[in-house]
Amino acid sequence: MTTHTFKPDMPPPALTFGPIAWMRANLFSGVFNTILTLIGLYLVWLIVPPLLEWAIFKADWVGTTRADCSREGACWVFISDRFGQFMYGFYPAELRWRVDLTVILAIVGAAPLFFKRFAPKAKYGIAFLVIYPILAYWLLHGGFLGLEQVPTSQWGGLMLTVVIAAVGIAGALPLGILLALGRRSNMPAIKVLSVTFIEFWRGVPLITVLFMSSVMLPLFLPEGLSLDKLLRAMVMVIFFEAAYIAEVVRGGMQAIPKGQYEAAAAMGLGYWRTMSLVILPQALKLVIPGIVNTFIALFKDTSLVIIIGLFDFLNSIKRATADPAWLGMSTEGYVFAALVYWIFCFGMSRYSMHLENKLNTGHKR
Amino acid sequence: MQNTAQAPRQRGSVWTDPQVRAWVFQILAVILVVSFGWYLFDNAQTNLEHRGITSGFGFLGNSAGFGISQHLIDYTEADTYGRVFFVGLLNTLLVSVVGIVLATLLGFILGVARLSPNWLIRKLATVYIETFRNIPPLLQIFFWYFAVLGPLPNPRQSLNFGDLFFVNNRGLQMPAPVAAEAFWPFALSVLVALVGIVALWRWAKARRHATGQRFPVALTSLALIVVLPGLTMLVAGLPLHWEVPVLQGFNFRGGWVMIPELVSIVLALSIYTAAFIGETVRAGIQSVSHGQTEAASSLGLRPGQLLRLVIIPQAMRVIIPPLTSQYLNLAKNSSLAAGIGYPDMVSLFSGTVLNQTGQAIETMAITMSVYLAISISISLLMNWYNKRIALIER
Repeated sequence: MTTHTFKPDMPPPALTFGPIAWMRANLFSGVFNTILTLIGLYLVWLIVPPLLEWAIFKADWVGTTRADCSREGACWVFISDRFGQFMYGFYPAELRWRVDLTVILAIVGAAPLFFKRFAPKAKYGIAFLVIYPILAYWLLHGGFLGLEQVPTSQWGGLMLTVVIAAVGIAGALPLGILLALGRRSNMPAIKVLSVTFIEFWRGVPLITVLFMSSVMLPLFLPEGLSLDKLLRAMVMVIFFEAAYIAEVVRGGMQAIPKGQYEAAAAMGLGYWRTMSLVILPQALKLVIPGIVNTFIALFKDTSLVIIIGLFDFLNSIKRATADPAWLGMSTEGYVFAALVYWIFCFGMSRYSMHLENKLNTGHKR
Repeated sequence: MQNTAQAPRQRGSVWTDPQVRAWVFQILAVILVVSFGWYLFDNAQTNLEHRGITSGFGFLGNSAGFGISQHLIDYTEADTYGRVFFVGLLNTLLVSVVGIVLATLLGFILGVARLSPNWLIRKLATVYIETFRNIPPLLQIFFWYFAVLGPLPNPRQSLNFGDLFFVNNRGLQMPAPVAAEAFWPFALSVLVALVGIVALWRWAKARRHATGQRFPVALTSLALIVVLPGLTMLVAGLPLHWEVPVLQGFNFRGGWVMIPELVSIVLALSIYTAAFIGETVRAGIQSVSHGQTEAASSLGLRPGQLLRLVIIPQAMRVIIPPLTSQYLNLAKNSSLAAGIGYPDMVSLFSGTVLNQTGQAIETMAITMSVYLAISISISLLMNWYNKRIALIER
């Protein structure tokens, strides 16, 4: 009887796994791809080393004046020297703790909403949404209950940008949802009004709207009444972004099958209950990416208030680069500004992706 | 005989009748809006009276009396505000059109690169898109204008590209084409070639539908557009000659100049919008289901045909609507020009003219209606196109 001896396993083919195989499949799979890879590598080599050298290796980090910079690389001294102004604008230095406190309160206050196990989320959320704005106004603006008043003309920097964006978001979302409901309404007059409002605001650039708020609005107000410049800008931003939100929400409502409306009607729900309990929860969930994209656009759009002379983050930087003591620092200034805006916007877009995955309750295959 | 078939309508109180309610709501809404409008109008009337501003569009005929750094039509300081309007409008359209063309080119390249099998190219495109779409366009304009173009040398030390293109702090100087004697014959031959191509397309399509036979349309069209104008060029000579900018004293003479404001706006807006267009294109291509590709391959289509006959037509259907809104965004973003003083619609008309005349309501109304008109006409055009190419389902 012969025993059958197995031959030892052959080693796997060298070129189907491992880094070399990966490179062959993903970088050099053909003549065309190889050329593309080489061009790409050349681009990377052209951009990345000089950028790193400028921004990090040859940059100057410590000092207080322009003379502390060797000017071979970036002069980050400029940023650190003006950091306070970039963050708070002309907010009085001894009162800046109020801004910090507002931010800390926002983070601490909103934190429970992100815990899964926190049961009374809805009640807490509504309470937070009612109480926090009042508190924030009291802290930032003051003027009552023992806090010194800081007029909005002294607000500035990143703080102003965030305030405009936050107020814009908080105002535009409910108004946008109402407008979307109006546009989908059966009542012709309401529908026409909503459509006109939406199409008007979507058709004009935000700059002209802001111009309008600064030159035309005073003409339309009764004599003697003048609204705060910041308030006017905020109202305009809210209207402008609400029109965009309305279109996004309408898209979501159109995607809800008719059966949902009919089922709600069969259950005896009236209009507002149908909308708030059946249609909107589903529709809003569908359009979260669109809503967050609108918020990102809003955050970027806040930079336009420079046109009407508000000192937001971008304007503080622009002003600082024009300072004779720091001439020639525009590149550093704008790169820093770009980085800050980028962090905010990129963070929001990542968060929306996360939300989308979390709220996806299984309609997607 | 009494009509018993009609049952009396069940009605509760008048207030719970949905129809009555709807009427009441609508009437209330209309009254509110109208009275608010009347309130504003009334305020405006008294304010204008007190400030001594006469409303009306008569000011458009007055002489403007200020210079404009870039005008596509003839303009002098003696010209009217009405002409200033057209100068601004054309400058806005210039930015929009050049920006749209560049952004589309770059955006389609990016969109395809995002789906490339090449890992490096894919990542580079992703980095580009994620970087530029998250930075405000106004900041990008400032960056190009103040940080990149600002420190450029004066005309005498300008960067020289082959004695044809010059870059300095007055902008980008480049050769300008000037029509020579042979221009009109040349233009005519191009026109004839184009008409011929359209006719050929129609004929080939009709033949394909009738007999199923294909005709090499692309090659023949290429031959037509090359050969006909080429022949006229041989016979009549060059249609254009180039006027090269020359340094005279402190500045350049001749040629075309792109002022730095224009360069930075076009750069910033096309780079910014291209990132969005890239994502649109990627989503469009990805929306064509894999089965389509497989079906086309199993029918024996070559990769080129597969792309041209199966993927692109279906992807375009998804791409067009968001692409339109990106174009609209770019056109509206061109108003950011006001931030660096490029003489566009907004900075000229609602900036300078408004300050000079004080006619706030009129200038703002004109500016806004221009943008509204642009928006509405682009969306009408695109809706029409969309309807034409939309999938007709059973």
